[in-house]
Amino acid sequence: MVNYAIQVDNLRVRRGRNEVLHGLGFEVPRGALVGLLGPSGSGKTTLMRSIVGVQREVSGKITVLGHPAGSAKLRHRIGYVTQAPSVYLDLTVRENIRYFASILGVVRGDVERVIHATGLDAQADQLVGSLSGGQLSRASLAAALLGTPELLVLDEPTVGLDPVLRFELWNLFRELSAAGTTLLVSSHVMDEATRCDRLLLVHDGDILADETPTGLLERTATTDADDAFLALIKAADRGAADTHPDAGTGRKEAP
Amino acid sequence: MNLRRTLATARRVLTQIHHDPRTIGLLLIVPSLLIGLMAWLFSDTGVFDLVGPAMIALFPFIIMFLITSITTLRERQGGTLERLLALPTGKLDFILGYTLAFGLLAIVQSSIAVGFAVWVCGLEIEGSMWLLLAVAIADAVLGTALGLLASAFAQTEFQVIQFMPALVFPQILLGGVFLAREDMPDVLHAISDWLPLSHAIDALNAVARDSEDAGYVGTKLLIIGAFIVGAIVLGSITLRRRTP
Ligand SMILES: Nc1ncnc2c1ncn2[C@@H]1O[C@H](COP(=O)(O)OP(=O)(O)OP(=O)(O)O)[C@@H](O)[C@H]1O
Ligand SMILES: [Mg+2]
Repeated sequence: MVNYAIQVDNLRVRRGRNEVLHGLGFEVPRGALVGLLGPSGSGKTTLMRSIVGVQREVSGKITVLGHPAGSAKLRHRIGYVTQAPSVYLDLTVRENIRYFASILGVVRGDVERVIHATGLDAQADQLVGSLSGGQLSRASLAAALLGTPELLVLDEPTVGLDPVLRFELWNLFRELSAAGTTLLVSSHVMDEATRCDRLLLVHDGDILADETPTGLLERTATTDADDAFLALIKAADRGAADTHPDAGTGRKEAP
Repeated sequence: MNLRRTLATARRVLTQIHHDPRTIGLLLIVPSLLIGLMAWLFSDTGVFDLVGPAMIALFPFIIMFLITSITTLRERQGGTLERLLALPTGKLDFILGYTLAFGLLAIVQSSIAVGFAVWVCGLEIEGSMWLLLAVAIADAVLGTALGLLASAFAQTEFQVIQFMPALVFPQILLGGVFLAREDMPDVLHAISDWLPLSHAIDALNAVARDSEDAGYVGTKLLIIGAFIVGAIVLGSITLRRRTP
């Protein structure tokens, strides 16, 4: 039996008046680095919020690390980085990280470790409000790395970063995954997708694809992730009548 | 509730304020300036001795209410509250952390305001200075607790500012500053009995004139304390881990 970090079954979420997720189902094995892709507004953030347990009006079943999503037991074990950086602008990087460290009750040494891992050593004593956009999102990421959580849910952590930094962060994600951490990372940048073990492609609140990057390229007969993404989205937009190999995932529910 | 997390939160709030000297100025100096202005305005009329004790209750109450409600609203909006509640933070850890931090500031603020009113503006205090200070502090903490609660019902800073006229002004009007509570129409008198600021002003007046015994002031302090606890409990109920 595979040990799953996340199991989602028939997940439906209402936000405002609309149903935003329409009965998703998928699994993420422990230790996997999974990319969550999809157009803007497709429901990536909503899916992540449901997994972390901060989303209201959720139906269906979500099991995270063996417990129902949102259980008190999970709060020590999940690191979550929201899409908008959630750190205190009127504290320095180190003061922010120290505060979250004391909330988690992790050792002081961990503070310096996560500051270093996100490349913020030089900015450690700078007020977060005066950081650049990329530094700000790394400060938010640093807080989520505290205590080495078993599951990291990262909502567009590399947005606004230059290629060198993105490369380094993805190296960090790979290292964490090799050490046993499960990562669910959403992104708009397709070249990042090839660094994942698996890809989940969300479109309009449904899962369009759930497979390996190479599998995705083969299935869509494309050579780069951008084209594969476009091919799948176009096929989906053309509707269910289309003969495009959409059913290959066997996960998408009939609309 | 967890002591480590509560203290960490209080320390964090104080560190944030430490980075913001203007807020410190506002918190510590403004009530005294306003009390000074009142004393000057009414110099040689004897009015200041009548309304001065109430002023000690009013200004710290209003300022703590505003600062607390806006600070916690910012936290709700900035996503940090969502992050904290996804972490092992208890709701009471959060609220008590804030109350503790602003409560400490309230002690300093009230001490300055009382000291200024008595020694600089010459306010006559017949009763115990310590009791006066105790009531003033309870009053500022009450402003903090109500501010925490109010922030739960506001989505924007504009709305929080609207709570000032909606929640605070009636308490000032009915608190006995403009007209003694006994002289009000019966209905208004009855309503004012249910407003916490009325009891704070009663207590300060009683201490300043030494017109009642310590039991009376103690009862008033208990009533203010009950409002503080009520606001804190209600405030923590309004904190939601899951949001739409
Ligand atoms: N608080 C809300 N109330 C009502 N509808 C919402 C709310 N938040 C999001 N939505 C809607 O839910 C849908 C999915 O939003 P979501 O934020 O999950 O998308 P996303 O895939 O993360 O997009 P992006 O890539 O732009 O971040 C969108 O159509 C959005 O308009
Ligand atoms: Mg999003």
